Amino acid sequence: MTTLTIPSGRGASPLGAARIFVERSLRQNLRDGEAMLMAILLPVILMLTFTYVFGGAIASDGSYLTYVVPGIILLCAGFGASGVAVSVNRDLTTGAINRFRTLPIVSPTVLVGHVVASLVRNLLATGIVIGVGVALGFRPTANPVEWVLALGLVALYILAITALFAFIGLVAGSPESANGYGFLLLFLPYVSSAFVPVETMPGWLRGFAEHQPITPIIETVRGLLTGTELGSAGPVGVAWCVGAVVIAAVLVGVTFSRRTAR
Amino acid sequence: MASAIEVDALRKSYGSAVVLSDLTLTVPSGIYSLLGPNGAGKTTLVNILTTLVKPDGGTASICGVPLTDRRCVRQQISVTGQFAAVDALLTPAENLVLIGRLLGMSARRARGRADELIDSFDLSASAGKLVRDLSGGTARRVDLAMSLVQQPKVLFLDEPTTGLDPTSRRRLWADIRALARTGTTVLLTTQYLEEAEALADRIGVLAQGRIVAEGTAAELTARIGGEELVLTTGDGEVVRTLTTDGTAGGVAAALAQLGSDAAGLHVELRRPTLEDAFASLTGSGIDREKVAA
Repeated sequence: MTTLTIPSGRGASPLGAARIFVERSLRQNLRDGEAMLMAILLPVILMLTFTYVFGGAIASDGSYLTYVVPGIILLCAGFGASGVAVSVNRDLTTGAINRFRTLPIVSPTVLVGHVVASLVRNLLATGIVIGVGVALGFRPTANPVEWVLALGLVALYILAITALFAFIGLVAGSPESANGYGFLLLFLPYVSSAFVPVETMPGWLRGFAEHQPITPIIETVRGLLTGTELGSAGPVGVAWCVGAVVIAAVLVGVTFSRRTAR
Repeated sequence: MASAIEVDALRKSYGSAVVLSDLTLTVPSGIYSLLGPNGAGKTTLVNILTTLVKPDGGTASICGVPLTDRRCVRQQISVTGQFAAVDALLTPAENLVLIGRLLGMSARRARGRADELIDSFDLSASAGKLVRDLSGGTARRVDLAMSLVQQPKVLFLDEPTTGLDPTSRRRLWADIRALARTGTTVLLTTQYLEEAEALADRIGVLAQGRIVAEGTAAELTARIGGEELVLTTGDGEVVRTLTTDGTAGGVAAALAQLGSDAAGLHVELRRPTLEDAFASLTGSGIDREKVAA
């Protein structure tokens, strides 16, 4: 043992702590080879499946690719973001969050680390979806402004769903159950206009599909990238995302300080 | 100078389950061991004293700073819990640097401090590996090192050796003793009597949410009376146990009370162990016949 006297530290500033936690989460992501591989493979596999397996049956002229790319972007973002529930829960059950809470810092910034790392990881997945789409023949008609708006909305969606997953991670009993609860959120894109137009669904389902949050977000991204009718989808989609972020932030704020490892 | 830890009438319940009931405790300095069975309230007390959980009532202070001043308390303490709270996907060095920087050190200073700790905890062979590839014992030592990036005035160790093999346990004990010599007060919870006896200057016995006895290991042992005369058959079966004060006169008097049917029995003089004290104090005792001498 060294017998150095280490002066008592006042702790990192909130912004400094957030930056340190972002670095930590990004590094964890890079180290987790399996998760990284999934993050890259999943978008590629989903693109190929929807284009070549379902695409022919849905629209034999190949136009399905243009229809489905925005849906797959959101589906992948959801899958990618669900990892946050597991990372947050792992921090909780291993006692890491206990330790951070006993440091003289604003400890919820640990969640900022997870959320920002998820944003980076999922924007990368979005890039892969678009890249594979273009290689398969996807030809977006968007101008630079439309691109920025579309990617901005995708980023906002990732932020919203990541924040919700962070909350799930905080209240779940174990990393496994955190993963399980996440599937409820991941199911939403299937009952939206992501893969088939809502007009093809039975009446009772159509009402839900039209008004659930995923549909306006997808319609906005689709409209911006491929020039389909936008209508009021944009503001509605943004409102859903902002609402989800605010609600998740409040829930996290209320829960964080009450959760300990045991 | 204020005591390292001062706890007064602390109360905590979860629903109708009372976990701590009017717990009062003073830890002056050195190593203090909180000994108790599972569910006695050890972890709850540690969680309250480390600002993680709010008590329902009562007060406590760390080095004179009331618990309500959380930020200031957090500057005095460090905690190592029952699980190794170490980042599995980072190396030991990266884990230590992370804590250093969160404490407000510059990146350079944090790296320097990490190097010192890796040296003193003899972790250099593991420093470049990811924690997930280390043994449980080594991960615990990294965990302890993380609690010492900044030398705390009070270190809380909640069952630090649970699940460790005997060698790793002894090694961690040596680290804890060395730390206490540098002036850090250690509050150690354990359900192992051997651990409390080996490390602690003072022991508090916690049962059903309150301290039922307190003192050095010797004092606790003395509290349940003197030495015992154990009478056994030739096969080693215990027939009777007599309590005496351990003096020749006391032993003779105790033996004189026995009838002639005891003449063939073997006599053994036994000092009470901390385990006996623990059993009699917490009521979770080994049943045996007691005869007043």
